[in-house]
Amino acid sequence: MSMNLLRLLRRRTGSAPVARERLQILLAHERGLRSQPDLLGILREEILAVVSRHVVLDPEKVVVRMDRGESVSTLEVDIEVPNGFDKKMAIAS
Amino acid sequence: MAKVLVVTSGKGGVGKTTSTAALGAALAQQGEKVVVVDFDVGLRNLDLIMGAERRVVFDLINVAQGVAKLSQALIRDKRLENLWLLPASQTRDKDALTDEGIRDIIAELRTRFDWVICDSPAGIERGATLAMRYADEAVIVTNPEVSSVRDADRIIGMLDSKTVKAEQGEQMKKHVLITRYDTSRASRGEMLNIDDILEILAVPLLGIIPESQDVLKASNVGSPVTLNDATSMPARAYMDAARRLSGETVTMVVPTEQRKGFMDRLFGRRAA
Ligand SMILES: Nc1ncnc2c1ncn2[C@@H]1O[C@H](COP(=O)(O)OP(=O)(O)O)[C@@H](O)[C@H]1O
Ligand SMILES: [Mg+2]
Repeated sequence: MSMNLLRLLRRRTGSAPVARERLQILLAHERGLRSQPDLLGILREEILAVVSRHVVLDPEKVVVRMDRGESVSTLEVDIEVPNGFDKKMAIAS
Repeated sequence: MAKVLVVTSGKGGVGKTTSTAALGAALAQQGEKVVVVDFDVGLRNLDLIMGAERRVVFDLINVAQGVAKLSQALIRDKRLENLWLLPASQTRDKDALTDEGIRDIIAELRTRFDWVICDSPAGIERGATLAMRYADEAVIVTNPEVSSVRDADRIIGMLDSKTVKAEQGEQMKKHVLITRYDTSRASRGEMLNIDDILEILAVPLLGIIPESQDVLKASNVGSPVTLNDATSMPARAYMDAARRLSGETVTMVVPTEQRKGFMDRLFGRRAA
C-alpha cells in the first residue's frame, strides 16, 4: 500500500508530463510550417513583385527571415534599394 | 513479394543499426531470406555489429558505380545462411551515391530477397533521404525522450513526402520502435510515456526494446542481439517485433523492472 502510494506520488511529480506538453506544442507548430512548404519563399516572391512595380530591384537583395521566439515570432524583411529611390519617394509625396 | 524496409530516425545514436541487425537476424531466424543494407556512407558500422567487418571487399558505392557486381559485394552471414549484408563504403564522398544507382540496386535486391532492410544514417540530408527513397515500409526508431521524438516526427513528414511511394500517392506503412526503454526511469515518471509517444506520432507501435547490457555484449562480439542470446529481454522484444513485421499478431509486452525484494526496491535503486 505505502509502496503504491509512493509510486503514485512519484509519477505525479515526474518530468514526463512536462516533456509531453512541450512536445505537443512544438510539433503542432513545426507541422504547420511543414504543410506550407515554402512560406518564406512565397512571401519573398510576392514582396519582390510588389516592390518591383515601383522601383527597380536586384532580386538577390531581398531577404525574408523568420525568427521563432518564446511567445511571438518575427518576420524580418530586408530589401536593399538602389540610391536615388528615396528622392523619388519625396517627390511623389 | 519482396519488402523493402527502411530503419530510420533523424536523430543519431537511438539504435537504428542495432535494430537493423536484430530485426534482420530475427526475420532470417524465422526462415525469411534477408539482406541488411548499410546506407551510412563514411560511417559504416553494420558490418561490425554483424561481425563481418573483416570480410568486406566491395561495398554499396562500388556496386552503384558498376565497379563490382552485386553478388561480389554481398556477404553471407556465418551463422545464418539466409542472412546477407551489403556494406556501406568508407569513402568521404557522399555524392558517390546517386538516386539511379540506389534505384537499380534495390530493384535487383528485390528479385533475390524476401526482405531488404536499409539502415539509414542519422540526419535529414541526402543519405537519409536515399535510404528511405525506395522503401515500402518504415521502422521509425525513437527513444522515450523529447529530442528523439521530435526528430521522429520530422522523419515521418519526410516519409510521407520524399519517398517514391508518397510521390505515387500511396501510403507508406510506418511502425514506431521504441528502443533504450529504461524501466526504472519509466517507473519514476522520468521518461515519456509510451502512450503519449504513440499519440503524438500517430504511428502504430512495433515493439519496445529495453535498455540492456545484452545489446552492448552482443555488439562487442559482433553478433545481432537476437543471435547472441535469444533468451535475453532485448532479443525477445526484437523477435516479437520481427513477427509483427511479418503480419503476426503478438501481444505487446511492456518491459518492467526485474523483480526485486522489498529492501532492494527501497534502497537498491540509488546504489545500483
Ligand atoms: N536497447 C539498448 N540497450 C542498451 N544500449 C543500446 C540499446 N540500443 C542501442 N544501444 C547502444 O546505443 C548506441 C547507438 O546505437 P546504434 O544502433 O549504433 O544507433 P544508431 O544507428 O541509431 O546511431 C550503441 O552503443 C548501442 O550499443
Ligand atoms: Mg547507425
